Amino acid sequence: MAQTFLDSNELVLNMGPQHPSTHGVLRVILKLDGERVNGTECVVGYLHRGVEKIAENRTYQMFAPYVDRMDYVASISNGLGYVLAVEKLINVETTPRAQVVRVILTELNRIASHLLWLGTHALDVGAITPLFYTLREREEILKIFENYCGARLTTHAFRIGGLQYELYEGFEREVIAFCDWFMPKVAEYEELLTNNRIWRDRLVGVGILNAADCKRYGVTGPVLRAAGVKWDIRKALPYSGYEKYEFDIPVGTNADTYDRYLVRMEEMRQSIRIVRQAVGAIPEGPIMAKVPKVLKPPVGEAYVSIEAPKGELGYFIVSDGSINPYRLRVRPPSLINLQALDQMVKGALVADVVAIIGTLDIVLGEIDR
Amino acid sequence: MIPLLKKIFLVDLFQGLWVTFRNQHPKHIYTEQYPIQRPKVAERYRGAPRLNINPDNGETLCISCDLCAKACPENLIVVTSVRNEQTKRKDLTTFTYDTSRCMFCGLCEDACPVDALELTQDFELASYTREGLIWDRQMLEEGPKPTQYKA
Repeated sequence: MAQTFLDSNELVLNMGPQHPSTHGVLRVILKLDGERVNGTECVVGYLHRGVEKIAENRTYQMFAPYVDRMDYVASISNGLGYVLAVEKLINVETTPRAQVVRVILTELNRIASHLLWLGTHALDVGAITPLFYTLREREEILKIFENYCGARLTTHAFRIGGLQYELYEGFEREVIAFCDWFMPKVAEYEELLTNNRIWRDRLVGVGILNAADCKRYGVTGPVLRAAGVKWDIRKALPYSGYEKYEFDIPVGTNADTYDRYLVRMEEMRQSIRIVRQAVGAIPEGPIMAKVPKVLKPPVGEAYVSIEAPKGELGYFIVSDGSINPYRLRVRPPSLINLQALDQMVKGALVADVVAIIGTLDIVLGEIDR
Repeated sequence: MIPLLKKIFLVDLFQGLWVTFRNQHPKHIYTEQYPIQRPKVAERYRGAPRLNINPDNGETLCISCDLCAKACPENLIVVTSVRNEQTKRKDLTTFTYDTSRCMFCGLCEDACPVDALELTQDFELASYTREGLIWDRQMLEEGPKPTQYKA
């Protein structure tokens, strides 16, 4: 514990679990010397629901709604990772139409997740206006989700083998209209923040985590890309037909909080690019592959990782041939990215801790599971 | 000289106010006046469960196959039935649906082979008691009756 190594002029401060800028119920024990942070310790587990254990008592289809509740900001990405893992286990590939629809919804969800991140991160740092703007734009995405599958947040949009719901009348038109409407909004956020003096002062050079440290901790996602590493699972190990789409991987150079902001802003634009390509090329055909009603995968194991908005999201499933998974393990990007907090925070000021937690884009539902 | 004039005539302020007033259009207001103005949810919205009845003869569509209860991840549906000796079919006696544990995933309505069980657009499911959240057959057929407020 932090207290045992205290100097006479050091102070222990608990941040959270009720602190609003810890984005949930994260408790960070800070060791302070005045305003300087000399060390941190994270206490997680306040939101533990035992999701991995629940999986062992559910059939494969039944467990699908539960994965939405881990990273509830990007539930569609979670659902995609899970169904891909089960599909790999039972050796079924979904239909081309379902693949394209999955890509559209996942990319829209990435934008929604980044929008919520941008709004709350800006709010933590002291800019309240972007939150209202980003939630307004996110609302439009949630409306598309609601029209498509009937739920806004915990969508349960995908099923093992394909999709449950056929596209509704006017889906393509709505998505295109959203893309056209959204692009100037990103420019508006950039106008508000990118060259804002306060924003730059708060973010530039704060929370530096260089490429070597990122790899040491296993940090993935925008945090890794801001350190200049061009690593995106969508390009490196394409899944769900991502190899067909043209998009760039934005990378940063300074590996600081400001670069992570720029990387995520560019990622939203690239997601729109993918969505545009995908909407123009939705093939006709069935939306569900042939999957038996009672799923009994062969004995074996499967690991699938996808590029969730927060980093590499992996699902590892062990099957013993019965209708329930023998073991299901999730590799949550937030938990692994959170490990780097101590290194990023050391030597920073107390106010920067808030900015650094914000820039990691953690969701506690995913950390504690 | 020009920066000084800009400062004197408060150009920045008016620019900011122009942005503010540009966004005053009623079309851009996203706040819903909830109890008075009800949101129109999507057609596929997964809300309150409903057990459909045949509009022609008022009998339930449910064939008591128990598939919804088997599909439910939370095991919150209980279906009981008696065997009808004349028609050789099962007649539904009780149907209990515990909305307090429901996560509205929609697996039960996917499983239903006759479209008897459906998740509807009703979203006001609150109750003053825990028992009130456990819906019996009558409640499922009639649906919730939320208080309507007028402006």
